[in-house]
Amino acid sequence: MDFALILTILIKIITLTFVVVLPLVPVSVYFERRFSAIIQDRVGPNRVGIPLTLFGGKKDFSFFGLVQPVADGIKLFLKEDFTPAHVRKAFYWMAPALTVAPALITLCVIPFGSDIQLPGMDPVKLVIADINVGPLFIFAVASLSVYGITLAGWSSNSKFPFIGGVRSTAQMISYEIALGLSIIPVLLYFGELNLSKIVQYQAEHGWLLLPLWGHGEGALSLTSKLLFWIPAFISFLIFTISIFAETNRMPFDLPECETELVGGYHTEYSSMKFAMFFMGEYAAMVVGSALIVTLFFGGWSVGFGADAAIAGFAIGGFKIGGLVHLGVFLAKVIAFILFFILVRWTVPRFRYDQLMKLGWVIFFEAALINVFLAALVIASGSGKFTPLILGIGGVLLVITTAAIIYVAKVSEPKVKALA
Amino acid sequence: MAIVKLTRPKLSVGEKIYFGALLKGFFLTMKHAVASLRNKSRGAKDMASSGLGVTMQYPEQRWDDHMPEHYRGAPTLVTDEQGRERCVSCQLCEFICPPKAIKIIPGEIPSDDPWAKVEKRPKEFDIDMIRCIYCGMCEEVCPEQAIYLRKDYLISGLTRAEMVHDKKKLYEIGGVRVGLVNKWNEIK
Repeated sequence: MDFALILTILIKIITLTFVVVLPLVPVSVYFERRFSAIIQDRVGPNRVGIPLTLFGGKKDFSFFGLVQPVADGIKLFLKEDFTPAHVRKAFYWMAPALTVAPALITLCVIPFGSDIQLPGMDPVKLVIADINVGPLFIFAVASLSVYGITLAGWSSNSKFPFIGGVRSTAQMISYEIALGLSIIPVLLYFGELNLSKIVQYQAEHGWLLLPLWGHGEGALSLTSKLLFWIPAFISFLIFTISIFAETNRMPFDLPECETELVGGYHTEYSSMKFAMFFMGEYAAMVVGSALIVTLFFGGWSVGFGADAAIAGFAIGGFKIGGLVHLGVFLAKVIAFILFFILVRWTVPRFRYDQLMKLGWVIFFEAALINVFLAALVIASGSGKFTPLILGIGGVLLVITTAAIIYVAKVSEPKVKALA
Repeated sequence: MAIVKLTRPKLSVGEKIYFGALLKGFFLTMKHAVASLRNKSRGAKDMASSGLGVTMQYPEQRWDDHMPEHYRGAPTLVTDEQGRERCVSCQLCEFICPPKAIKIIPGEIPSDDPWAKVEKRPKEFDIDMIRCIYCGMCEEVCPEQAIYLRKDYLISGLTRAEMVHDKKKLYEIGGVRVGLVNKWNEIK
């Protein structure tokens, strides 16, 4: 390993994590507040800007309140960092960091754009670690963040945080299964676990949920691509909803459900430690949207076959098409964050048993059947199997589906009216 | 007590799948979002909205023009059309004031004054605006209609002393009030 390589990696880590993604966290907080306000016929924070009048200027500059997150951050820094006497100190201090760190670590496998090339140098990929186990790495690391919440709940040594922590553990472990199973069809389709190659494939052959260009030549035909749209959409639904559950976002934010649990797992936290939980939650949301965009909506690609031209875009030897792609990727991620916010202010919170039932009885089975369905579609598209085998497969699929639905229905306890 | 047997409502397949309700919810929230961006929220006009939702944005836009007739703002003292201070310092308001915000020191009107026959007027009249609860009992009890609750609501100050309205300040806010009590006039 030479020095230049290490330097490039360091620069990539610092820019992509601290310049590109970390600012997305306060920005999404701002969007959350403004968007929720607009949904509720209010105005939202629109004042905090640059106080020019303090320095003798004529008018304050308000920037639509975009500086609000900075003000929030300063407030949280200046608040008293109170540690109650009854907590288990070591774990209490560790927990906030344990929620933020995994979310930021998962960023390293997400491809932010195509290559950038400086004159006389090798092209630089806009991904920190271009490893061949992308999604697996993300699941492995992201599930660590449950430790932060659980430890926070337990070490707070108080009942409401404890219940919040227990809920969160059960919820995250349950939805991990649906999450993992739901992307198997996607991985079957791409035959690849390297996220940058997955995105490259989508740029050339059509996004998973918009497969309208680049047919044939090593890819599936248009018909089988469109046929694959069905399992792809099912896994998109399951994956997205499981991401909601994994990030403790609104319809599933039972670990911190304020009507029941005061503040949930962060009840005993204040100041910057609380802010770390907050940040971890939003960072997880950013990573979740980035993952959804990468897997289902073509990551950084613009689509419609325009990507090769953009990637080749150069100014005086600097190939900066990657930066355009970075912008496209961020736009997609922000659009998804806005969708997360819209869901939060639309869907009421589930009951805990409903949440568990949804995870174990519906999504787990649906994801399993979906794997079967996706395999069938891909097999039919590959042309290596006779129609007879495919037909048997189809019949088996129908039987399995019917059996699972029947079992789910029978196992449901009958609710009797009170006599 | 009669026993009412309740059965759970039977949900249709569409209701069980839940996505229909979700979509409906999205349309509802988006409808609100679009309406508040276009300043078409319900009630935006009545609430004199700032152009986003139904909210009036305070320092630039104020309720002043929308204040109802019966609004109870800061209590003030008034003079009549001839410039006579109406208060005769009977101290009824001081006694009725629930939070004891009013303090009056009565004084005699000297005999060479044109209004000597009124006999008394307040030497000092202080209303502690920190204590005042804007109940309007002083206005109600005043036999001379000398104390009124005006529409001023921006009562603020940096010190406690600043928040005590003295006689001069009270007349300044109150101004002139014409009509009704005129038993002290020469005409009568």
